[in-house]
Amino acid sequence: MKAFPILEVSKLTKDFGGVRAANQVSFDLREGESLGIIGPNGSGKTTLANLISGFIRPDEGSVRFKGKEITGIMPHRIAQLGLSRTFQMARPFYHLPAYKNLVIPLFSPRVRRLSGGKYGDRDATAIDLLEEVGFERDSFVPFKPASVLPHGYLKRLELARCLAMRPELIILDELFSGLSMAEVSSTVPIIEKIQSEGKTLIMIEHRLRELFRIVDRVMVLNYGRKIAEGTPKEVMESDAVKEAYLGSE
Amino acid sequence: MSRDPKQRKKRLDRGIKVRSGDIFVLTSWREMLYVLVPRVLPMLFILVFILVATPYWKRVLVSMAMTGILALSWDLLVSTGLVSLGQALFFGMGAYVAGTLNHAWGWPYWATIPIATIGGGLICTLSLIPVLRLRGIYFAMITLVLPLVLVRIIEATKIFGGTEGLSGLSTFHYAAEELGISLLAFAAVLFGFRRLMGTDYGLVLQGIRDNDLSVISAGINIYWYKAQALFLAGSVGALAGAFMTHAYMFVGMPVFALDYSILPIASAVVGGMGTLAGPALGACILVPLSEALRAMGPLRVVCYGLFLVVFTVAIPEGIFPYLQRKYHQFEYWVKVEV
Repeated sequence: MKAFPILEVSKLTKDFGGVRAANQVSFDLREGESLGIIGPNGSGKTTLANLISGFIRPDEGSVRFKGKEITGIMPHRIAQLGLSRTFQMARPFYHLPAYKNLVIPLFSPRVRRLSGGKYGDRDATAIDLLEEVGFERDSFVPFKPASVLPHGYLKRLELARCLAMRPELIILDELFSGLSMAEVSSTVPIIEKIQSEGKTLIMIEHRLRELFRIVDRVMVLNYGRKIAEGTPKEVMESDAVKEAYLGSE
Repeated sequence: MSRDPKQRKKRLDRGIKVRSGDIFVLTSWREMLYVLVPRVLPMLFILVFILVATPYWKRVLVSMAMTGILALSWDLLVSTGLVSLGQALFFGMGAYVAGTLNHAWGWPYWATIPIATIGGGLICTLSLIPVLRLRGIYFAMITLVLPLVLVRIIEATKIFGGTEGLSGLSTFHYAAEELGISLLAFAAVLFGFRRLMGTDYGLVLQGIRDNDLSVISAGINIYWYKAQALFLAGSVGALAGAFMTHAYMFVGMPVFALDYSILPIASAVVGGMGTLAGPALGACILVPLSEALRAMGPLRVVCYGLFLVVFTVAIPEGIFPYLQRKYHQFEYWVKVEV
C-alpha cells in the first residue's frame, strides 16, 4: 500500500526567457512519504511547486498524480483531485475575518463531494480547523480580519486553508520563512500530526535543521536541475550540495 | 509631577452580538430597532418625499433609482475584482433590446423589460467572457472601449435606427406605476445584492477580488464565478437601460455614452466602494443634486465638480462606511495623564 507512487514527476522543464527554471527534474513520491526540497535562492523550488500544482504549464515533461496525468490541466481541477498547496507569500483574503478565510475552501466542490453532498456548518468547521493549527478558540483571534493578524498567524492560516481541502498531497512552500524560533517549534507538531494522518508532504524550506527532523527524503535543486536526492544525512554529505551552497574551491 | 490632565477621545465598537444581522440574536425591541432603523429610515424619507414632490421631481426619482441600480451593478463587479469603466455597455444593451422589441413588434413594457434584463445580461456576459482572464486596468480598458465601438457600429451600419434612434416607444400608463416599479426594483436589487454578498457564495466572489490564486487553489473555477457575477451585474445594468427606454419613450446612441459609465463610478466613490449600500446612497445624492443645480446655468458643472472634489477629499472612504462606522461606535472623552 505504502509503495504506491502518489506523484510521479518526469523530466519537467520550464524556460522563462533565457532562464531554465526547471531542467529535466524527475522524482517519485510514495503515499504517506514526506519529501523536502532545498536549494539556494533562485534554484527553481517555487517554480517546481507551481509546475506540479498547475499554476505554470511546463514546456516539457509530465506530472502524474494518483496515476492520472495532470500535466497542463487547470489548477483548480488539480486542487479538486486532492493536491493542495500553500503560497510562499501568505495570501489571505484580507477583507474577511480569519475563519471566513476558510469558508471559501470549505465551499469547494471537493469538500462537498467528500462529505457526501452536504457542506454542513462551514463556520463551525472553519473554527475547528483554526484550532487545529493553533488559533486560540476562546479568543477573538478567529474573528479578527486577516489584515490585522500577525505574520505567524497568517502562515498558519495558509496551512489551515490547505487542510480545509482535505488534501492527499500537500505542498508547503516555505511555511517556516519569517517565523520566529518559538513559532517554528509550535508549528512542527502540527505538521507531524498531518504526517501521522497518512498525508503525503512536499516541503520547500530554507530552515534545514527543522526540515531534516520532519522529512524522510530530501531533494536538492540548483539552477533548476536536481543535483542530489536521498536521506537528509546522505544529502548533507554530498559534494555537489556542498558546492551549490558554499561554492567550489 | 503630572501636568494638566488632557482629554482624549476614546472609541469603542458595539458588541458583535448587537451588530449581527441574524434574526436569532434579536432579543429586544431595542436591538430590533438598532438593526432596522438604518434600513427603514431612508425608505421612509423617500416615501415622504414622494408625497410632497412635484411631477418633475418624481421623474428625477425614477432617474435616481435607475442610476442607483447601475451603480449597484458596478459595485457588484468591483466586489468580484472586476473594475468596469463601461457600465454604458450594460445600460445600452438593455435599452436597445427593449427598444427594438417594442419598436419592431410592439411588445409591451412588461414583456420587453424582463426579456431585455436577461437577454442584455447574456449578451454582455458573452461579449466579455473572452477577456475575463484580464485583471485590473486591462479589463477596465476593454469595457471602456466596447460601448464606444458599438456606437460607431450603429452609426455606420444604420441598424436599430442609426443616428436617429428609435422613438415613439410605448411607455407606462400611469406616472405612479413608473415611479413605484423603479423604486421597488432599486430596493430589491440593493437588498438582494447585499444579502447575496453575505452568503458563502458572495464570500467566494469577494475572495476572487482579494486573492484569486487562493480561490483557484481552493478548487474553485474563478472564471465560472466571474462569468456569473458578470451576468448578474449585466442583467441589472440592462434592467436600468430597458426601464429608461420606456420612461423616455426613446432609445438611441446616447445610451452608450460615457455618462452612464462615469455616473455609477462617481456614485460609488461618493458613497463608498464595495459596500453596495454606498453606491446606492451616492446615486441618491448625486442625481437629485445634479437636478437641483440646474438653476445655476453654466456654473452647474463647476458646482457639481467642486462637490465631488470636496467629498472625495473630506470622506475618502465614502459616506456609507463613514456613517456605518459612526453608527456602530460609542464615542466618549476620557481624561489622560500626560
